Amino acid sequence: MTMTEPNAPAATSPHPTLDLHLRVWRQAGPAATGDFEDIEAPGISTEMSFLEMLDVVNERLVNAGEVPIAFDSDCREGICGSCSLMINGRAHGPEHGTATCQLHMRSFHDGDTISVEPWRAAAFPVVKDLVVDRSAFDRIIEAGGYISVSVGSAPDANDTPIPKTVSDTAFDAAACIGCGACVAACPNGAAQLFTAAKVAHLNLLPQGEPQRYERVEAMVDTMDGLFGSCSNHRECEASCPKEISVDFIALMNKDYLRAKFKNRRYLSRKP
Amino acid sequence: MSDITLDSKVPDYPVEEAWDRHKFDMKLVNPSNKRKYTIIVVGSGLAGSSAAATLAQLGYQVKVFTYHDSPRRAHSIAAQGGINAAKNYHGDGDSIWRLFYDTVKGGDFRSREANSYRLAQLSVNIIDQATAQGVPFAREYGGLLANRSFGGAQVSRTFYARGQTGQQLLLGAYQALAEQVGKGNVELYNRCEYVDQVVIDGRAAGIVVRDLLTGAVTSHGAHAVVLATGGYGNAYFLSTNAMACNVSAAWRAHRRGALFANPCYTQIHPTCIPSSDEFQSKLTLMSESLRNDGRIWVPVKQGDDRHPADIPESERDYYLERKYPSFGNLVPRDVASRNAKIAVDEGKGVGPLHNGVYLDFADAIDRLGADVISQRYGNLFQMYERITAEDPYQVPMRVFPAIHYTMGGLWVDYHLETTIPGLYAIGEANFSDQGANRLGASALMQALADGYFILPYTIGDSLAPRLGEPVPDTSHEAFTSAEAEVHDRYAGYLSVKGTRSVDWFHRELGKILWEYAGMERNRAGLEKALSEIPTLYEEFKGDMRVLGDDRSLNQSLERAGRVDDFFQLGQLLCQDALNRDESCGAHYRSEHETEDGEALRDDEHFSFVSAWEFAGDGQPEILHKEPLEFENIHLAQRSYK
Repeated sequence: MTMTEPNAPAATSPHPTLDLHLRVWRQAGPAATGDFEDIEAPGISTEMSFLEMLDVVNERLVNAGEVPIAFDSDCREGICGSCSLMINGRAHGPEHGTATCQLHMRSFHDGDTISVEPWRAAAFPVVKDLVVDRSAFDRIIEAGGYISVSVGSAPDANDTPIPKTVSDTAFDAAACIGCGACVAACPNGAAQLFTAAKVAHLNLLPQGEPQRYERVEAMVDTMDGLFGSCSNHRECEASCPKEISVDFIALMNKDYLRAKFKNRRYLSRKP
Repeated sequence: MSDITLDSKVPDYPVEEAWDRHKFDMKLVNPSNKRKYTIIVVGSGLAGSSAAATLAQLGYQVKVFTYHDSPRRAHSIAAQGGINAAKNYHGDGDSIWRLFYDTVKGGDFRSREANSYRLAQLSVNIIDQATAQGVPFAREYGGLLANRSFGGAQVSRTFYARGQTGQQLLLGAYQALAEQVGKGNVELYNRCEYVDQVVIDGRAAGIVVRDLLTGAVTSHGAHAVVLATGGYGNAYFLSTNAMACNVSAAWRAHRRGALFANPCYTQIHPTCIPSSDEFQSKLTLMSESLRNDGRIWVPVKQGDDRHPADIPESERDYYLERKYPSFGNLVPRDVASRNAKIAVDEGKGVGPLHNGVYLDFADAIDRLGADVISQRYGNLFQMYERITAEDPYQVPMRVFPAIHYTMGGLWVDYHLETTIPGLYAIGEANFSDQGANRLGASALMQALADGYFILPYTIGDSLAPRLGEPVPDTSHEAFTSAEAEVHDRYAGYLSVKGTRSVDWFHRELGKILWEYAGMERNRAGLEKALSEIPTLYEEFKGDMRVLGDDRSLNQSLERAGRVDDFFQLGQLLCQDALNRDESCGAHYRSEHETEDGEALRDDEHFSFVSAWEFAGDGQPEILHKEPLEFENIHLAQRSYK
């Protein structure tokens, strides 16, 4: 369908515009059968973000009496991890290190056909249209992705100096936004990069040392129960909007093996 | 219902001893009795997650509700710059007293002294707690924690985690919450939106929620309810808030009897990326920390469309440095914002739409090198480039103010309890600590002080005498009638079948609010807004078009409920702004300014908190006043010169 309703806002854009053909996955509910729907999107400004383009398409759908496309988004600054979308088969679209909400239409060309799908992974069932359920990630964090500190019992923050390099590396891992692109991009639907990012963040820090081995064991075992297995395709790293390195997976595997093969009572005393 | 007396419950001790001595005065709940109490926490941002985790650690039965798919998505995650703490790790003269002073002064003497002092006092504990949880704050090469300075302060007291401080602090609190969920101490309800407050015999008895995936409306009873549901900046449509941020929880509680305080105190953040188009969905903030190294300027000449590199020094106006030599680019947010507006209004705005000012890093890059600048702000520069396709290492950033934070919120006493006993409000959802303007890096501090260190103590004081009381029964008429009202309300939105989308109405409401109740207000404009908003609201109710059904995920229907509440709040916001016939902090009435163009307070008539009571649909809200007294910090005209 083509829609150019009077209050469609795109006409006021001072920027170049694109006429696009969208192929959007529509699925009424978790149990319904889904399919692609062809939607024309003329007059899209190059300055819009991808999600603003979908906002405009939705407003036009509503004006035409059609149910708008459901999709997740919140902060639209690339930090909350709500947005997802397989765009032309790539998690978060064509730009490297960019979440869908930060992807701008200047990355596309006039006349392009763009396919838009939800994350595809067994652990992330489709809720509606482009929305999936990612709560399996929460189960992994609940299993051990924390450092236990009763409120009120913390020592002074400067009591434990941490080498800047260690702290910076922990931070590189901690930058994960939990969007699930790694799982969606993985041919096996594995969650190694997500899990490893949290394991590495906490296990690298001295504060995380006391629970290091329990943590990695509990998190990996929970992950294995929910997600597929890693076979080193490294698609996760390539699709990660925060460019988190697969090196952290090696670190997680090392700690996991140590947790399994050594005597934990002694191990927890000696890093 | 005008028999309400606002008892702030501020303890009668000297301000620096008040909290510690008051903690001893409060009643305690025996550790083995805590599990006999059920507490509901709504919202999972910094305040909600930290409160829920701490309450569960203490042994209470906790239920957490969030409309997100995971607690980790809450908008606290987007805070960039940092968190203040009076650690004085760098020996530059900081102290709890100085942070207290800066907060009260920065809030333009419209906060409660005792609350602001307690906030400053607890700031140091937050850093300890977060560090122990593994929050990777920036460090020096010696391994100790680094600090930077932030607007409105002359010391370096801001702890930061690159430009992702909110993210890292929220993940710390979320992980603490997840630990309690995993251990079975917290029941987590995600994609579940609070839609009404239930009050029985004058006490908070529980809440009504709507499952966003199925549309099911259910009730949950509790001994106490904690709202940690954030601010209402999205009433303006364009703001730096996330798309789903809304006022509905606070507003629904307000309609059930909780007073709403100072709704006109809305903060404009000076450095956001200017909007590029009419259909822009939100504005993106660039951290205030950038003003540490960036210099703000506009061309001296109006309509100067030359490339910034072609404009010589002599034809640039570094207006903040010129007007405020001692604070320079680090003046507080309200001052920086207003001056940007003045420059743009004078026709000196830059960029294709002439709607911004420059934030220029050329001098800092010359002085420190691009590497240092990249370490400090790399991710912000990258974010800017993604959005604008301009490289801030080469071309100055363009920035303009945008609605960012709301100091107003539910009225709470020193215990963070609203005027409905048993209903608490924490974080941005309450009004208490920031006054009429919040200093940079103080929002994260307040949310975590409330959640980790204040609420878990104060809630016990009111729970202790209620030992043995059962959880309110959700078959009570108050619950069932509230559920029926919710059903009717949402069915009502679907049945209008009008011609315009909910977003269209929201955008129009936002334009009115920004025009007349934005950065600058005056009587004529506010009166205009107060006549236009009700008309638009009637149109909204009669002409909205919400498609789909209420038995599955329906994002338009969710928004209809939120925009409905924004309309009601928007009117109160304008009414409060009209009533407060003075300028203070972020509330700038153009009738009241000093000769230098600063906010001119009227302490004689307006040194009070405005707390509004809902009196029924179509009825004017009733104003209650909590007088503010300043015993420790002398009332003074703010000066940042």
